[in-house]
Amino acid sequence: MWDIVALSLRISLSATLIAAFFAIPIGTALAMGRFTGRKVIIMFSSSLMALPPVVVGLAIYLLLSRSGPLGEYGLLFTPTAMIIAQSVLIFPIILALTTEAVSPLEKNYRRLLNSVDASIWFRLKILIVDARFSIFTAVLAGFGRAIAEVGAVIIVGGNIAGSTRVMTTTIALETSKGNLELALALGIILVMLAVGVNSVMHIFKSLGQKYHGVLR
Amino acid sequence: MRFIIFLFMMLASSVNAERRELILSSTTSTQNSGLYDYILPMFTKDTGISVKVVAVGTGQAIRIARNGDADALLVHHRPSEDLFIKDDFGKERFDVMYNDFVLIGPQKNKTKFETLSDFFIKAKTTSLFPFISRGDDSGTHKKEIELWNIFTNSKPKEKWYIEIGSGMGAALNMASATDSYTLSDRGTWLSFNNKGNLEIKWSGDDIMQNPYGLILVNPAMFPHIKSKYAKEFANWMISPKGQKAIGEFKVDGKQLFCPNAEKEKKNRLLACPAN
Repeated sequence: MWDIVALSLRISLSATLIAAFFAIPIGTALAMGRFTGRKVIIMFSSSLMALPPVVVGLAIYLLLSRSGPLGEYGLLFTPTAMIIAQSVLIFPIILALTTEAVSPLEKNYRRLLNSVDASIWFRLKILIVDARFSIFTAVLAGFGRAIAEVGAVIIVGGNIAGSTRVMTTTIALETSKGNLELALALGIILVMLAVGVNSVMHIFKSLGQKYHGVLR
Repeated sequence: MRFIIFLFMMLASSVNAERRELILSSTTSTQNSGLYDYILPMFTKDTGISVKVVAVGTGQAIRIARNGDADALLVHHRPSEDLFIKDDFGKERFDVMYNDFVLIGPQKNKTKFETLSDFFIKAKTTSLFPFISRGDDSGTHKKEIELWNIFTNSKPKEKWYIEIGSGMGAALNMASATDSYTLSDRGTWLSFNNKGNLEIKWSGDDIMQNPYGLILVNPAMFPHIKSKYAKEFANWMISPKGQKAIGEFKVDGKQLFCPNAEKEKKNRLLACPAN
């Protein structure tokens, strides 16, 4: 039981880290950029927040299958495949929310940054650091989607006992076995887990705001 | 791209080196019954090989193996199994076990049937009750279509015929919630915990038999197939020890699967699940 919880956390936290690693800088850059097509990209990335998990699962499945382009790595039906699927799924969420969080801040800072002729890297850094609390909320939203997701991980993970079985796929399995009470109990644990992770992170967030001041 | 894959692998800390394990593509009916939880630890203890079971419908299970994503198959639809071997994807097939299909319906519906064909004809001509069809290309779904075709020439198209495209458990949950009929394998039915007011309406005809076959995926098609471990698994399943374990697996004191790897027992097809 607890190894299933641990696996869920490991997979979803890894996916959140990977997605955030790419999405935060790109999202900030999108908020800064003044190039043509920027609005289209932003609109497109927010639309991707509505990506259906099963479609993501199916696409990753076809990529990782032995008959697919990345088949040689033998990643299908492994936790790695589940991490990839969740990363792809939550990348647009973190990206779009980061862009939205950074945009107003960037407007305030632009003249100041222009006046000191700041480099693009310095701008990225200062915007990410100063918008960190709102970006943090974006990352949390991504994590919430990842841990609660079942459609993609059941396709690419295969729901293998002791290997790729996570909380949500266990709930699906127990429901199909007619163990409705057990499935519901697992659901409650999942919600409590999400509440737990979120409250820990919020405590960090408010501690940070208290000691480092709020910039926005 | 390689860098990104590498990054994922690092974070997942999953070593994909040659482990003593194999992937078995199988059906929900065997998984949901709890059979694998019972017999696989014995096999792993004997051989040190762990079996990773991916449980889906028979149609999808075969598709997974055709893509080279499984080392062995344990499914229940003979024509599809034979085609799989004819197409060179399967190397060897073994009889492993069987049980039978049962017709499930609500207790409160008192409609009487003289024969199995009587049920299907009545169902179609009178539209008296909803019928839940798996609709997912599984072994049970294929059997159900076969029965409609035999007794009434075609599967129904009316509104009372509901194709849900889900597993056996989902079909039983739905039948239980809506007082409908459905076709189930006996293993899933016996181990299903939300029977509500459902009961077996018909069983026992020869045509309702449900044999499971174990097929080794052909390593000539996919060089990465762990054929050595798959072969060890097959040997154990048809060995007296494996066969005994299958026969001894019980839910609420009832035997779910009857081992039939030994040829002389083949003629006792329907005697066993009723025990």
